[in-house]
Amino acid sequence: MTTTAAGRAIVTTVLDVELISVTKRYGNTTAVSDINLRIPRGTYCCLLGPSGCGKTSTLRMIAGHEDISDGDIIIAGQNVGNLPPVKRGTAMMFQNYALFPHLNCVDNVAFGLKMRGVAKDARRAEARKLLAMVEMEKYAARLPAQLSGGQQQRVALARALITRPKVLLLDEPLSALDPFLRGTMREELKRLQRELGISFIHVTHSQEEALALADLVVVMDHGIIVQSGPPQEIFNRPATAFVARFMGGHNVIRADGGAFAVRADRCRIASPSPSDGHAGSIGGAVSSIEYLGTVVKVGIATAATGEVVALVPDDQFFAAPLALGETASLTWAATDAHPVTL
Amino acid sequence: MNRDRRGKSFYILASLFAAFVLFLYGPIATIVILSFQGPDGGLTFPMHGFSVHWFHALFQQQMVGDFGGSITRSLILAFMVMVANVVISVAGGMAFRRRFAGSTFLFYLVIASLIVPSILVSLGIGLLFSQLGLNPAWWSSAFGAQLTWTIPFGLLIMFAVFNRFNKSWEEAARDLGAGPWRSFTNVILPIILPGVVGIALFGFSLSYDEFPRTMMTAGDSNTLPLEIFAMTANVTTPVIYALGTLTTAFSALVIIVAMTSMAIIRRRRAAKLG
Repeated sequence: MTTTAAGRAIVTTVLDVELISVTKRYGNTTAVSDINLRIPRGTYCCLLGPSGCGKTSTLRMIAGHEDISDGDIIIAGQNVGNLPPVKRGTAMMFQNYALFPHLNCVDNVAFGLKMRGVAKDARRAEARKLLAMVEMEKYAARLPAQLSGGQQQRVALARALITRPKVLLLDEPLSALDPFLRGTMREELKRLQRELGISFIHVTHSQEEALALADLVVVMDHGIIVQSGPPQEIFNRPATAFVARFMGGHNVIRADGGAFAVRADRCRIASPSPSDGHAGSIGGAVSSIEYLGTVVKVGIATAATGEVVALVPDDQFFAAPLALGETASLTWAATDAHPVTL
Repeated sequence: MNRDRRGKSFYILASLFAAFVLFLYGPIATIVILSFQGPDGGLTFPMHGFSVHWFHALFQQQMVGDFGGSITRSLILAFMVMVANVVISVAGGMAFRRRFAGSTFLFYLVIASLIVPSILVSLGIGLLFSQLGLNPAWWSSAFGAQLTWTIPFGLLIMFAVFNRFNKSWEEAARDLGAGPWRSFTNVILPIILPGVVGIALFGFSLSYDEFPRTMMTAGDSNTLPLEIFAMTANVTTPVIYALGTLTTAFSALVIIVAMTSMAIIRRRRAAKLG
């Protein structure tokens, strides 16, 4: 298909998922309000936001486990609004993995093929292949209760992938794991997504997870999409004060009736009179000093914006150490300040 | 040290417990012992010898009661109640997972039959049958009367079972392409199976020894508990104890068989793990 005058036809063919004015209401409360989102083919997309922001409802509507109150969901060019999950070409990995406790790993993974009428030997052979893909073939005969959290997750991943979905939906997949395992599984998810070349839509409340994994970060709050874009764009140019605060590592500074965000690691601490005329600065008393290894986190209590923070490289800090209560100012280059809406 | 630790309360509670055990098993033990009374012995102690004479007598036709007929009826009825109880309780448990119009009222309506004196239920059903011009019988009116007793239990067990049931199992089944029926047979039923077996056992044993609800509803042919009760008035020999021993042994057997088969299933599932 070639480009039309509007450039639209070609766009739809390379999208895995498109949400058009999607709304979800529960009684009088609106969980998701009129959101639009386009996820290009083979994208790792993270829906990011605090709890209650509508990210899980959005995922469940894409999966078909929740009715859409209004709007359309297009998956691979097909409007799936009224289709059951199995007809959508999606597969979901549940937050608690939801492995069937009465089936061993092979039969858990083979379940999707059993429902499609694949014969026992064939589906078990296929299930073993998928278990091998997630390095769980040794545990094929175990019951879920005999596996650790990380192992259960690998099996759940294999089970979701056996139906060859076009889009894999993951609901807080890493939140039940301990921090070390979380890091390992994060790499694993990214590797799988790259190898399979399908889209992953991953719901999380961890901005670190979203930055590490996503090609497309979608920040949600109160049922709307506040900002979406590549992770660097979200982190470097937060559109709103909410995004800047939620992504962390930013100071949101009020000025001239507006506000701007500046990354804490781009801020420096200067003696009371800043030398650089182009730099912005804000003054106050040093209110906290935390040594974090590679950087020192210095907080300055200001009258205008409350506490602002600079992440100062350790060698710089210790070359001219500060004490609590001392007067200092936070400075930044004008190019590092980005206006945000409050 | 030990004596210090075991204070007065230990001995009070221990004797209370001993009394409880004695109260529970004493009568059963007495009946079992007396059932082995010698041929010349009577209904009470002392024992005149030791024999299995009364067990023999039980299976001879000189009996006042109808042991064979009543136990057959009781077993068939218990089986009917067991099946009906499982089907209705599981279906009801599934239905009550969602709130529906009148669900609370329906729940109290079902549970109320646990509170209504059983003899009144029995009397009511018996009266209703005669008003409708129907003959009460163990397989119709008594069957219904017993279900008023077993279904509330079954339903409460199902509530407890579904309380621990993770809804995302069902969603996962749906996600993987299972329709409602196959998600029931392939996922829900296997997971709740221990609870279902429990309901079956409950239904069977509640029916098998049910007395007050059956009393006015069994019609002409007695179930075993009714027959035993009738025999206590007429039979003056230890044969009634032999009957008691035998039926108790049978109940124990049913439970042991059920428990063992559950244990075997569990072990087989475990053995499949490599």
